[in-house]
Amino acid sequence: MCRLFALTSRDPVSPMRAIDALNVMKEGHDGSGVGLFLSGLGGPWEELKEYPILSGIFTDEGLSRMSDYMTKNGFQPKYSATFTPDVEPPGGTPRRGTYASIAFKIPDGWKGMAEDQVSRNLVQMRLNLRAMGEESGDIMVFSFWPDTIMIKEVGDPLAIADYLKLDREELQARHILAQGRQNTNYAINLYACHPFFIEGISTMTNGENTAFVPIREYLMSRGVTGYQGYQSDSEVFTHIAHYATKRLGLDISAYKHVITPMNDDEMRDHPDREFLSDLKRACRKLIIDGPNCVIGCLPDGSMFMAQDRKKFRPGVVGGNPELGIYGFSSEICGLNAAIPDRDRTKDFQPMHLDTAIVGPDCREVLQCSQKDPLRPQL
Amino acid sequence: MLPERPITPSTLSRKDLPWQIKWDINTCTKCGRCTSVCPVNAIELGVFRKRDVKPPMGLNAKPTTEFFTYYGIRQRTDPAYACIGCAMCNMVCPNNAIEPNRQYDSTTLQFQNNRGGQPRTRGGRRNNSESLLDQIKFIRISMLTDPALDAGRHEFDVRTLLGRVLSPEAEIKCFRENGWKPPVREIYPLVIGGMSFGALSPNMWEGLQMGVAYLNEEMNMPVRMCTGEGGCPPRLLRSRFLKYVILQIASGYFGWDEIIHAIPEMKEDPCAIEIKYGQGAKPGDGGLLMWYKVNKLIAAIRGVPKGVSLPSPPTHQTKYSIEEAVAKMIQSMSMAWGFRVPVYPKISASSTSLAVLNNLVRNPYAAGLAIDGEDGGTGAAYNVSMNHMGHPIASNLRDCYKALCVAGAQNEIPLIAGGGIGKHGNLAANAAALIMLGASMVQIGKYVMQAAAGCLGSEKDRCNVCNIGVCPKGITSQDPRVYRRLDPEKVAERVVDFYLSFDTELRKVFAPLGRSTSLPVGMSDALGISDKDAADRLDIKYVI
Repeated sequence: MCRLFALTSRDPVSPMRAIDALNVMKEGHDGSGVGLFLSGLGGPWEELKEYPILSGIFTDEGLSRMSDYMTKNGFQPKYSATFTPDVEPPGGTPRRGTYASIAFKIPDGWKGMAEDQVSRNLVQMRLNLRAMGEESGDIMVFSFWPDTIMIKEVGDPLAIADYLKLDREELQARHILAQGRQNTNYAINLYACHPFFIEGISTMTNGENTAFVPIREYLMSRGVTGYQGYQSDSEVFTHIAHYATKRLGLDISAYKHVITPMNDDEMRDHPDREFLSDLKRACRKLIIDGPNCVIGCLPDGSMFMAQDRKKFRPGVVGGNPELGIYGFSSEICGLNAAIPDRDRTKDFQPMHLDTAIVGPDCREVLQCSQKDPLRPQL
Repeated sequence: MLPERPITPSTLSRKDLPWQIKWDINTCTKCGRCTSVCPVNAIELGVFRKRDVKPPMGLNAKPTTEFFTYYGIRQRTDPAYACIGCAMCNMVCPNNAIEPNRQYDSTTLQFQNNRGGQPRTRGGRRNNSESLLDQIKFIRISMLTDPALDAGRHEFDVRTLLGRVLSPEAEIKCFRENGWKPPVREIYPLVIGGMSFGALSPNMWEGLQMGVAYLNEEMNMPVRMCTGEGGCPPRLLRSRFLKYVILQIASGYFGWDEIIHAIPEMKEDPCAIEIKYGQGAKPGDGGLLMWYKVNKLIAAIRGVPKGVSLPSPPTHQTKYSIEEAVAKMIQSMSMAWGFRVPVYPKISASSTSLAVLNNLVRNPYAAGLAIDGEDGGTGAAYNVSMNHMGHPIASNLRDCYKALCVAGAQNEIPLIAGGGIGKHGNLAANAAALIMLGASMVQIGKYVMQAAAGCLGSEKDRCNVCNIGVCPKGITSQDPRVYRRLDPEKVAERVVDFYLSFDTELRKVFAPLGRSTSLPVGMSDALGISDKDAADRLDIKYVI
């Protein structure tokens, strides 16, 4: 089972804190890969919030092809944090080249463009680059979005962290999602490594998404740029979150109503019964059957955790409002390791109706039950 | 053989009949029940004359010859009275002294059963026992990363939607603007398909309705039953049980007046309206209720004279094209109930299914599409239609579902699949396979008759005389002397029994696949088949 750990903090922290938590949780065959999502970046990135950052892995050839492509599209590199390991990679990890995060200045022609259009264009560029590298493997791109860095690699998280020097100051972030495993279902592929990302939304998941194929087919038919790839059965959770929040304009507390709607009995006395039952019908294809624990981060820096209806996967949220740091963990030992100085009695383990949300201010865990009235959102 | 016995081209011997009566003189009590129960008069009481030669001892006395007679059972060899193998004779025999035996090597009757220039018509399903659905296996069983669910104890939601479901975007817009929403029913995914009041005997119909009502009201299973063309008894139309009924209208419009007249007095809306354009067993051919079955009651409900054959034309005669028919009929039927009732067409699985579906996707009032595969049973079809026409359901359904996926409408227009489900008794497995191939629900006809009323028909041309009103079990007869054999209460009990066991079996399929909170519609990654061509065609895994 995948181990998940997420941190959200008022002040930037090193991703090593999340990697260490993964290490504490490690068990069995865990550690076959690592994926990192960083946003709310600190250090040198603080001044570059407006500039989309391209994260990926490039060979020398790939780097030059990518550079040509970006220049051709009018993008000028503004700042880059590249890292080319000069030591032997850990056993089982291939030598790939340069791990790069490059902030670009968007072309003047894009000024005044609608926000939606900019988003779509950025996604399209990421997909184009990904497609460019798919045959030869010289370009792998995980994200192209402002204030976001993604790193993925196969191997043990701690060994990879050491190999890629993840404790660099330039990698500090306020919101971190980390997962310590390659995907178990379907073919092994670096793109299949959690977390997944689209337009500022990132999620990671453990367990098995048994409804993967119908959900994938449904999402792919929605006509949204970026709903493609699907090397992992869990990638659809990110896209459902994107679809629910960006396409349908729902609040994240309604995400759970989409993926795991209430049954008739539970819905009977709900003040928003009419809307919820309509939503359940319309989004029937997006119902997950799990078992999954989904942890995600939204563009505003809010972080959330939700379970499938059966709640076959554990998950805990806890933290310290005074220090302004909260952790989302699939095992409590990981939370203990990452945030030892917290009031453990306030740890919250979301049950099958709950969504736990920690806002960007990192002050409290907001506990949303599906039985609660919906927040105004329509 | 008597010297004057005529031998004509159509003279058959017992050996030429597919079913032969084995009668045991020693155990027979000569009660006569077998001959009186035989629906096709294949056997008759016979008086046999036998000569017994008694040679005396010694050489002087001459042998004597005695003639004596005895009574027994004679099987007729006239093709019109050929035994159909129903075995009712055996059922009523106190001593098991009589039974029909199948002769698989005698095919002669096939060349003789079209006498008078009339090709043979029959009820039942095609004479083909193969079933692709039975070959499909469920292979995506969660073993390691996902604990399989406990089918017996876990919470399951085995329900489906019948009706036009809006896309999420449209639904939210509609809610925000308080717009009109197409009616949607949440029902059980196994529907009793269209078998008309007229095709079925009153006892059978009543039994099914009682079973359905019990399942709804006592077992919390929203099971629905389609009436078939031919109307609905007026009392049912005005009762609260109408909500469990899908009313069908077909090209003959039989019984439709009765329904229209009852609308002002209806306490409940019907579950849905099904417009029948075609049926699986005889695509391109109309329905036919033969004159044998049109008794006074049926004639009254359908508004026709008694004792005449009632053919529904193959097409809707008042309509110019399928596009027009779909648009106009759906709209006018919807209008009749104030747009509160889902209306959907039923077509034969055929190469034009996709074209019909394409029209429905763009029709905001269309509530679904029922596709009936070639194995669909029917009241009266020509042998040639039943055996040689039509499209198998699996690939046709799959094509339609994939077309919906391309259009992004796979949650919006439910597909209802029928035809050959549970042909060999594997109802839950067949239904689950079709659901995973893309059906939102499945409908059954023959299975209900077999399971709930002991229909004797088989895919080897056993019985299959539903069309001529002599059903040995009283399921499809309109003759009170025959249908009083059937106890409606017992039929209702059996309906409930098989629905509950179907439900358990369906959970036993879904649970190991990890599905419990929504029907696995289109979960094709769970399916495998050991036939490479079938796997490619259905786009499922090839497993050997």
